[in-house]
Amino acid sequence: MHIVVCVKQVPDTKIIKINPKTNTLDRRSAPAILNPYDAHAVQEAVKLTKTIGKGTISVLSMGPPQAVAVIKKSIEIGADRGFLISDRAFAGADTLATSYALSKALERISKDMPVDLIICGKHAIDGDTGQVGPGIARRLDIPPVTNVIEVTELNEVEKTIQIKRKITNGYELIQAQVPCLLTVEKEINSIEYSPMPNMIKAARYEPVIWSVNDLEEVDRTQLGLKGSPTIVGKMFTPPKPEGGKRLEGNAEEQVKQLMELLNDKKELFVSR
Amino acid sequence: MSEKFDVIVVGAGPAGTSCAYTCAKNGLKVLQIERGEYPGSKNVMGGVLYRKQMEEIIPEFWKEAPLERPVVEQRFWMMDKESTVSFGYKGLEWGKEPYNNFTVLRAPFDQWFAKKGIEQGVLLINETVVLECLTENGKVVGVRTDRPDGEVFADVVVLADGVNSLLAKQLGYHKEFRPDEVALTVMEVINLSKDKINDRFNLEDNQGCTIEIFGDSTKGNLGTAFIYTNKDSINIGVGTTLSSMIKAKLKPYDLLDYLKTHPMVRPLIEGGESAEYLAHLIPEGGYHSVPKVAGDGVLLAGDAAQLVNAIHREGSNMAMASGTMAAETIIDAKKRGDFSETSLNQYRETLYQSFIIKDLEKYKDATHTFEHYPQYFKEYVPMLNRAASKFFTVDGTPKKEKQKEIMKSFTSERGTIRMIQDMYRAWKAVK
Repeated sequence: MHIVVCVKQVPDTKIIKINPKTNTLDRRSAPAILNPYDAHAVQEAVKLTKTIGKGTISVLSMGPPQAVAVIKKSIEIGADRGFLISDRAFAGADTLATSYALSKALERISKDMPVDLIICGKHAIDGDTGQVGPGIARRLDIPPVTNVIEVTELNEVEKTIQIKRKITNGYELIQAQVPCLLTVEKEINSIEYSPMPNMIKAARYEPVIWSVNDLEEVDRTQLGLKGSPTIVGKMFTPPKPEGGKRLEGNAEEQVKQLMELLNDKKELFVSR
Repeated sequence: MSEKFDVIVVGAGPAGTSCAYTCAKNGLKVLQIERGEYPGSKNVMGGVLYRKQMEEIIPEFWKEAPLERPVVEQRFWMMDKESTVSFGYKGLEWGKEPYNNFTVLRAPFDQWFAKKGIEQGVLLINETVVLECLTENGKVVGVRTDRPDGEVFADVVVLADGVNSLLAKQLGYHKEFRPDEVALTVMEVINLSKDKINDRFNLEDNQGCTIEIFGDSTKGNLGTAFIYTNKDSINIGVGTTLSSMIKAKLKPYDLLDYLKTHPMVRPLIEGGESAEYLAHLIPEGGYHSVPKVAGDGVLLAGDAAQLVNAIHREGSNMAMASGTMAAETIIDAKKRGDFSETSLNQYRETLYQSFIIKDLEKYKDATHTFEHYPQYFKEYVPMLNRAASKFFTVDGTPKKEKQKEIMKSFTSERGTIRMIQDMYRAWKAVK
């Protein structure tokens, strides 16, 4: 069983500051960390290989050379090896270009060792789009399974996987063929305190770093800024809402109160 | 069995990293373990880094290390409630290579320094607590960390785990430190624009100033306060021995607030924004508190060995020098293939012949004297301020008479004999 986990280095958005003048993230104000959802993705790979009793876990990331840190972090959690694609040609990529570049790297990885399962975090905490995982699956023509909260069974002989997915009003049990791609929620597992040998291995580990030339059959127009149709029109910090009123009572009473309030403010509904 | 290293260094502060760096540079297999999220995340220092000892490890480090400002002026204030007698030295030669010392922020500096070690081959592991030294027949053979499969082994373990050094305590090298052997220092980093700092401290870009404040800064208790200028922030802090704090029922944060709102200090930090708040113990016991520094398979360096010269606010330089000395001993011991106490005692000998222990010995009674006789901070500082005020106030009194009055006020306040005793005692403590 060969599992590849896609990981991303992100600024720790819990403590990051927004530059009030430019409305952009002040990246110096927060340390770069392994995207928390991706940490759970790596942990799940560790759990699955442990259950099966064998397997190889590779991690893949795209980013500047300092993104090596998140690969080392993944090794601490229990990954066996790591690949970083790092090149100016990848810079400025949106989710479309990112999933293209990662899928090319995945093709390269699977050439040496066929990939049975790809796991990604649900989304990155700096972009919150959740598009890269499904984007990779689409390009590799494998099923994407999003919002995974539990892998209930992985059958290597039948090449099937049973999954519990989080949906709005509960969860869904599905079965998919492997290879497939999972994107995981945080509740799928808890990150274990890494054992000392993993820490030593990670401190020593030097991942494979590929430039665009190391990947095969790459259409350069689909990479980086050139391959990114997304345009950020404006970024701003929403002003803190002021005032407000809390409606009390049971649901019916609250709806009634709300309707009264809305009826009193008909001017809000005049079309502009 | 777990992997075996030549050296395990516990702690990634200046002492630990100096030792790890030098060992790795000389081809030894080094594992360094830091409990913080990254080096510099846990430790606290007022913020003066001395050039000399750092340069001996990394020549011309100032060209690449994250430093704040080279210090060109050192001021000393004897502060009373509404006055200050000050003296100092400003020399532009300190603003040029090779410099004398620098203000630094430890979080970026320690990370940079640790990275230099990694480049030499040190394996640095963060977020890992060393719980105890592993011993075999009294010889330290490794450490046990708080991680699963957490035992690692080495020929020699260097304890650079800071002032409390619980590991050295477990080995029985020192007892719990007494409250008069440690100072509690609290400090803040206050963001202030570069222009304001330059104006208020009479500096140009890339010039720094340090102010050490005695007297009312600690409400007359044994200790000091400090103000150091960074690029666009100020480090301000105050510390007294734990025993003084207990005796005077002082709360450290109250003391810092008192300092920040003191009329002599307030204008310097006015309008600044508090960015960080830190507190730490500082080993101030000096010579008498230095524990056993070498044992079978183990060495102590930096704060863990209580190597701080409180009188001259030197600590990080002693940490670096002691870390390097420990490394040199380990390198020699490796050649000898002997990591017994006798072999590692080479470190003790080097340490005791160096400026470190010589300086600590010079001031071995200073803290004790000033702690035991509080009049120096409590009475002499205000007396000095009154005298200066009287002498410099132009009121038509002839200067000679003023001098007489001042001398009389000194002797009448403390009594001639007691004053002579005080002066003699102070001289003896620092001679």
